[in-house]
Amino acid sequence: MLDLDQVSVVLDGARVLDSVSAKVESASWLGLVGPNGAGKTTLLRAVVGLVAYEGEISIAGLNPLELGRREIARLVAYVPQRPVLPPAMTVIDYILLGRSAYHSYLGAETKRDRSVVSTVLGRLDLTRLANRRLGQISGGEAQRAVLGRALAQEAPVLVMDEPTSSLDLGHGQRILELTDELRREHSLTILCALHDLTLAAQYADELLVLAHGSVAMSGRAQEVLTAEHIGAIFDASVEVLEGSDGIVVAPSRQRSKVMSDARRSGGPLGARGIGLKATGEVR
Amino acid sequence: MATGGAGSLRDMRLGSVIARHRSEGGHPSGLRLFEDGEVGDPDIFPTRLRIWHVGLGLGVLVLVCIGALLVGPAGLSPGSVLADVASHIPLIGVHSHLSATGNIVVWQLRMPRIVLAGLVGSMLAIAGASYQGVFHNPLADPYLLGVAAGAGLGATIAVVGIPHLASLGFDPLPLAAFVGAIIAVGATFALGRSGGRGRNATSLVLGGVAVGAFFTAIQTFLQQQNTPVLQEIYTWILGGLSTAGWGQVTLILPYVLLTTIVLVSCRRLLDVLSVGDDEAQSLGVRANRVRLVIIVAATLGTAAAVSVSGLIGFVGIIVPHTVRLVMGPSYQRIIPLSALYGAIFLILADLVARTVLSPGEVPLGVVTAFLGAPFFLVVLRQARRFG
Repeated sequence: MLDLDQVSVVLDGARVLDSVSAKVESASWLGLVGPNGAGKTTLLRAVVGLVAYEGEISIAGLNPLELGRREIARLVAYVPQRPVLPPAMTVIDYILLGRSAYHSYLGAETKRDRSVVSTVLGRLDLTRLANRRLGQISGGEAQRAVLGRALAQEAPVLVMDEPTSSLDLGHGQRILELTDELRREHSLTILCALHDLTLAAQYADELLVLAHGSVAMSGRAQEVLTAEHIGAIFDASVEVLEGSDGIVVAPSRQRSKVMSDARRSGGPLGARGIGLKATGEVR
Repeated sequence: MATGGAGSLRDMRLGSVIARHRSEGGHPSGLRLFEDGEVGDPDIFPTRLRIWHVGLGLGVLVLVCIGALLVGPAGLSPGSVLADVASHIPLIGVHSHLSATGNIVVWQLRMPRIVLAGLVGSMLAIAGASYQGVFHNPLADPYLLGVAAGAGLGATIAVVGIPHLASLGFDPLPLAAFVGAIIAVGATFALGRSGGRGRNATSLVLGGVAVGAFFTAIQTFLQQQNTPVLQEIYTWILGGLSTAGWGQVTLILPYVLLTTIVLVSCRRLLDVLSVGDDEAQSLGVRANRVRLVIIVAATLGTAAAVSVSGLIGFVGIIVPHTVRLVMGPSYQRIIPLSALYGAIFLILADLVARTVLSPGEVPLGVVTAFLGAPFFLVVLRQARRFG
């Protein structure tokens, strides 16, 4: 459904993305992870057509460069990391913005536009809040409204940039759960950047790990997310545990080198480290 | 519905839709996430302009126009003026007893002035509302990109450089002001485009500041060198409609109509722009192009308006904000209603300008600021209390 072939992006002379290739099957979820500045957002923006790129992107077999803005908006919906939420706009008006690509340029919305918005409001449990202003609803509700606007676009591909970054654990989980249900109901293809590696492992079918603008690794979460890989790519020290539904990536206060020492010695992770003094550069 | 089987069926349908469009050389347009059978009730109520909003505004406008027609220094009785107006409406059968002079006062002096005030007020308000929308800046007014400085310089050059204005047969001042305004905004665009990568909104506004300062500097210099005509220039800059006639109405009417049509048709796109350029693009709207169209339309209308009225301040800020505070943030309402209430506001302000010191006149720009600022404060306070 979504094919990236050698996609590179140069911003202000800096190569932010370098020959990134990826393939997302229809109705599957590709998780995009990587340290800050790895180029996750830039990659998502390239897919949505908000930034010029070299290489080729194909969405549903079509080349977005040959399509108009409105046509792209019917193929890909975008949930930005920090969406602009005009505080006085009502939820219903905000979700209706998702239908912009279906209105004639100067025309009004049709009955079908209103029907779709009404469906989306119901599906995302927002009907009660339909006439509330965006400034008056909670962060979790606002994030549902943003998801609703994207859903109203009726695009087969959904691109999300850190949809949980402003939410607490429970609300973040609910947004991802909802997204996954929608994926199954409507065969949405999802490309989603996530900071939280545990969540990424739980929801994504496959992961694409970016580092310094290129693909560091890709594959299933169990293969990609090992303590060693994460240590190397994120410069972080973690323990990777086996949870009941997938792996759990837990931060550990020890530097990765100490950890790999611990692992080599065969002792329980971190047991030897407890007595060690923090070096002052713990991240 | 959430079964894998339905999903793959959907994929096939999606795939075939895309394939068909491709084979026809067209683009995908018929993709539907929701089947017609599964979409919800269309009876939902987004924020829209309702007929009674427009009806109410039109009603007030007509009343204000009639009221303004009745008042003036000529000493005509309101009853005779009303009868004269009614005699122009067919099928009523009212006959006018107004004298020939009275007739001229009503139809050649008061009426064109009211119509012109309405057109200018409506233009400034709608342009101000549009500028605030495209620049996401509540302080944006129609003069943001240098219209005022350009028109001021144009008018100054006309007054200073063409010594016998009266002998020309026509008044070159509106034309000079109009051309000056267009040149100034053109310069702002050129500057904003070269200065800002991706010619974003901020670089345009900064360009407007620079161009405004530059044009104002030349204008001030010219005025310093030609102090005898300072009064004339100053009168124009303060704004007024004391010389209004039907000629000026027909002069600006095409621009006002064109601008109003463009801006009213773009009102929904202004709502989309309110989520920022990036998101607007991802929703299928070309933010830069829409902004360009709106700015060009608003500038053209503003330039036409100031060319006959001089620089009337405050209308472009007070009216749209008042509409916004009462009716909410949707440009679907703000744009059309700003046009109506801008006309109403300026007709009233002009009524004050020509009556308080009658038979003398107060500059219209002084009246709009004097009336507008306190009124605006009251509206702001009310909005805070209830909002």
